[in-house]
Amino acid sequence: MIRFANVSKKYNDGFQALKNIDLELESGKIHAIIGPSGCGKSTTMKLVNRLIKPTSGTVFINNDDISKIDPVQLRRKIGYVIQNIGLFPHMTIADNVAAVPRLLKWDEQKTQTKVNELLSMVHLDPSIYRDRKPRELSGGQQQRVGVIRALAAEPEIILMDEPFSALDPISREQLQNELVNVQEELKKTIVFVTHDMDEAIKIADNIVLMKDGEVIQVGSPDFILRHPANDFVKDFIGKDRLREQQEIPTVKEVMTDNPATAYPERGLAAALKLMEQRRVDSLIIVDQRRKLLGYTPILNVLGHYQDETKTLGDVMLPFTYTVEPDIPFTVALEYMSQHNLPYVPVVTGEQRFVGIITRGSMVRLMAEVFPIEEIFPNGEVV
Amino acid sequence: MKILQDYFEFLQLRLPDIAARSGEHLMIVGLAVFLGCLVAITTGIILTRMKEGPISGLVFGIVNIFQTIPTIALLAMLLPLLGIGLKPAVFALFLYSLLPLLRNTYSGIKEVDQGVIESARGIGYSSMQRLWKIEMPLALPFILSGIRLTTVYIISWTTLAALIGAGGLGDLIIAGMANNDNFLIFTGTISAIILALVVDFILGFITRKNSEQSQQAN
Repeated sequence: MIRFANVSKKYNDGFQALKNIDLELESGKIHAIIGPSGCGKSTTMKLVNRLIKPTSGTVFINNDDISKIDPVQLRRKIGYVIQNIGLFPHMTIADNVAAVPRLLKWDEQKTQTKVNELLSMVHLDPSIYRDRKPRELSGGQQQRVGVIRALAAEPEIILMDEPFSALDPISREQLQNELVNVQEELKKTIVFVTHDMDEAIKIADNIVLMKDGEVIQVGSPDFILRHPANDFVKDFIGKDRLREQQEIPTVKEVMTDNPATAYPERGLAAALKLMEQRRVDSLIIVDQRRKLLGYTPILNVLGHYQDETKTLGDVMLPFTYTVEPDIPFTVALEYMSQHNLPYVPVVTGEQRFVGIITRGSMVRLMAEVFPIEEIFPNGEVV
Repeated sequence: MKILQDYFEFLQLRLPDIAARSGEHLMIVGLAVFLGCLVAITTGIILTRMKEGPISGLVFGIVNIFQTIPTIALLAMLLPLLGIGLKPAVFALFLYSLLPLLRNTYSGIKEVDQGVIESARGIGYSSMQRLWKIEMPLALPFILSGIRLTTVYIISWTTLAALIGAGGLGDLIIAGMANNDNFLIFTGTISAIILALVVDFILGFITRKNSEQSQQAN
């Protein structure tokens, strides 16, 4: 666990980078420190390996005051990955990865085993990449090496300073995924500085939002998205993301629950009358216990209209697709568009009919999500 | 054609003398550059360890001034202090070697990518380990090219050392001027040029070897 107790940092030029930070970062989690530039996120991170010394306050790692630990020794126990990668250009990939174990005077055999293991873990075949120089690798590959170099001496804590922000979007995405996978297995305490909210949401267990040297909000990505502490947080998250986060409504919330239904015993003339009243072109047939039986399109009714002995039960068609009320509404839409259905019935267990989803339901929902004032802010609805 | 024949005769006669003067010449150059490296590279390293500020400015200022003093004047000034002979000559040339060596060492180390330095610091290299394992190897091409450059021009300036009795190829030139012997002047000059070219070639070879090593497999 990393704990910041009332930490402030004032630079010599008078710039107050951090103002009384109190923060606890739980072990075994990825903590994303995020905020606009100059908010003190990198400074906060660099306090942990004493690259920056606080003006006042104390930083603890597992309850040890780190100002009492020799910085060089401390840093060897903390992995460090920076934005511009910082591989040593004159050393081979293997030597780069082996850097910290060698500083710690590990047994060479053990070091080599570890190097090969880590290279394989990030899908860099040791037999190919071990003896290459950093410049022969792509940016994404280089940063993979940067990450495993930080892991080599098996530190408990890893600091990452915008490690993926200089990479192209595809490599960035890959490395984010790999980091999440690696973390699944290794359970390190990772302090990850970023300015990219998407990245933070994607990888972090815990987000620390900072602004002007202060911690504004701490919480899981989900918590921050659902309960942004103030307007700054809302702005920082961005409207789009807040909207994305709104839950997809379930079928139950969207469905029309009083569609035109009829019992199968009803005659065709009465059915036609009902359709006329309700202005629909098909009736849903249910029994007295509202068990879904099928439907009759108006064409079927008209086709058998002359035959007075026929009832709706005789001319109805069965439903091939039904949905349940608790699934996301989008699944129902999916069905409708895939099978070109005008609507799908919603049934609970034992085929009990509760409502239908129509294209109209979707339109209503869209109107709620995107209120018309937002699209036409001046009220110029055309 | 007669002149060529005469010159070869002259060469045969003078060969031991030329060789001896060349040896002296190389020794003076070697001593001056060696001392220069010792002082300038050490100073350069120390300067990079300090915060940029008045001290590095001052050091560079002083070394710069040495560079601007005309060679003859410097030799003349050293006469009363160090007398004549090898000592003042080596000392003067040593002073001249300082600036390029110092500048190349200093900027070679300073030019090392900040990301590399930061990550070395961040993963727990001590200041000394950083210098020897990271900064010096990366600055080496700069330092080597500084040494090469310095050596070549110190070879040409060493011809002046003969003026204060330090010997070297300058002796041939001065003797030639005194006796109005063009062969002698010509020989001294050509020898100094050949010496410079050969040394330049050798040092260039070493520099290339070094950079090939650090860029292997490229």
